Amino acid sequence: MAASNKLIVIGGSWGGIQASINVLSELPANYSIPVILVLHRLRNEEGSLPEIFDKKLKLKAVEVEEKEPLLPGHVYLAPANYHVLLEKDHTFSLDDSELENYSRPSIDVTFTSAADVFNENTVGILLSGASRDGSSGLKYIFENSGEAIVQNPSEAEVATMPQAAIDSTPACKIMRVAHIQQYLLTLHDLGRTY
Amino acid sequence: MRLEDETLFEQEVEKLIEEIHSQYGYDFSGYARASVYRRVKRFLGQKHLQSINELRARLFSDSFFFENFLQEVTVNVTEMFRDTSFFLSLRQNVLPILSTYPYIKIWDAGCSTGEELFSLAILLEEEGLLSRTKIYATDINQKVLRQAKEGIFSATNMPAYTSSYYAAGGKREFSSYYTSNYGSVKFNSSLVKNVVFYPHNLATDTSFNEFHLIVCRNVLIYFNRQLQERVLTLFDESLVSLGYLALGKKETLAMSGINGSYNFVDKSNRIYRKTN
Repeated sequence: MAASNKLIVIGGSWGGIQASINVLSELPANYSIPVILVLHRLRNEEGSLPEIFDKKLKLKAVEVEEKEPLLPGHVYLAPANYHVLLEKDHTFSLDDSELENYSRPSIDVTFTSAADVFNENTVGILLSGASRDGSSGLKYIFENSGEAIVQNPSEAEVATMPQAAIDSTPACKIMRVAHIQQYLLTLHDLGRTY
Repeated sequence: MRLEDETLFEQEVEKLIEEIHSQYGYDFSGYARASVYRRVKRFLGQKHLQSINELRARLFSDSFFFENFLQEVTVNVTEMFRDTSFFLSLRQNVLPILSTYPYIKIWDAGCSTGEELFSLAILLEEEGLLSRTKIYATDINQKVLRQAKEGIFSATNMPAYTSSYYAAGGKREFSSYYTSNYGSVKFNSSLVKNVVFYPHNLATDTSFNEFHLIVCRNVLIYFNRQLQERVLTLFDESLVSLGYLALGKKETLAMSGINGSYNFVDKSNRIYRKTN
């Protein structure tokens, strides 16, 4: 499969698993844009999340392996206890440095790294969560001309995370999950016309 | 940073990496860049430096400042009994085999501030092997080696370390291994009586001994493929036949030329055994 010049990065914490399943469930197996998913998890917790996603999605869900190249049709889940970074050659790097916003993986770390590599071709999506992680990363994506999308806090299981992002990036797009899903399908169709 | 600024920043870091190599002899050319850039940005922020030029001026006029930079840019975050399942597996699957040797030599490569080293020593002590084990604890950074030698850690982490210790199969009172004092704890120096602390740079130094077990966890993730291969070859040359190699949970031999001579002892904990 050809490499994509676009990237979708999604972050969430409490309520983020269900919300991201809803966002991604209708995307076809040949979806043209790779997706990275950073969900806060219990520290030292083992696997299982990729299996859950793999069952629920048409896309192939895998845990990030370091040095692996980003491929379309895949959802890459951040492993427990590592930050996920991206290299210029569109491969993954893992990092076990300090927690950010009390979290590792941290959404801010991955969003920032994604924007440094994909610039205006980055689509950042922040979902339900009881944390402020992700706000500054989403702002960074927005400042680098990428797209900043936030789940409508009124429908989020926990509104803290989306609300914090809206407060720090008031010009972000606020959407319901169903709407985000439709929007991502549109991006796929656009990608195919190239 | 905006795209133009980011590009410029990265070019300046690349230049700095070359200068550090010629000035101080530390070679970061094989380090994975995403992390290096992030660490340098973080360091600039911590020290309230506005530019790479300001950083350069400090680095090349003050060797203590450089040591500090070295410690921050090479990630030194660590904890005791990190991944408790790894330590449990070591206890159950590796130490019983090692116990059949008259003496045991272990290399803790990239030992950082010593949390992993003391965890290993405690395991060996409880399995009755510590007195006939020699551990070589190495790191690129002399400052963290001095800290490791001291065995003094913050008391705030002890509740977490205590539960990790038991999850890793701990057999005693964890508090019997240390004494508390003013917000910090000092681990018994008898645990590191047979430990040699030694500066060693995986990027440039060679093999210096033969070992029954090499532990190098969450170090390779910071290197590019080429440097990873250099280090794995170095480990291969430094392991006795049937020796063990323990990597971090997300590190693998799969892409390496040495993979063919290793079998998994414990796949999920990335413990390998040399077959020849």
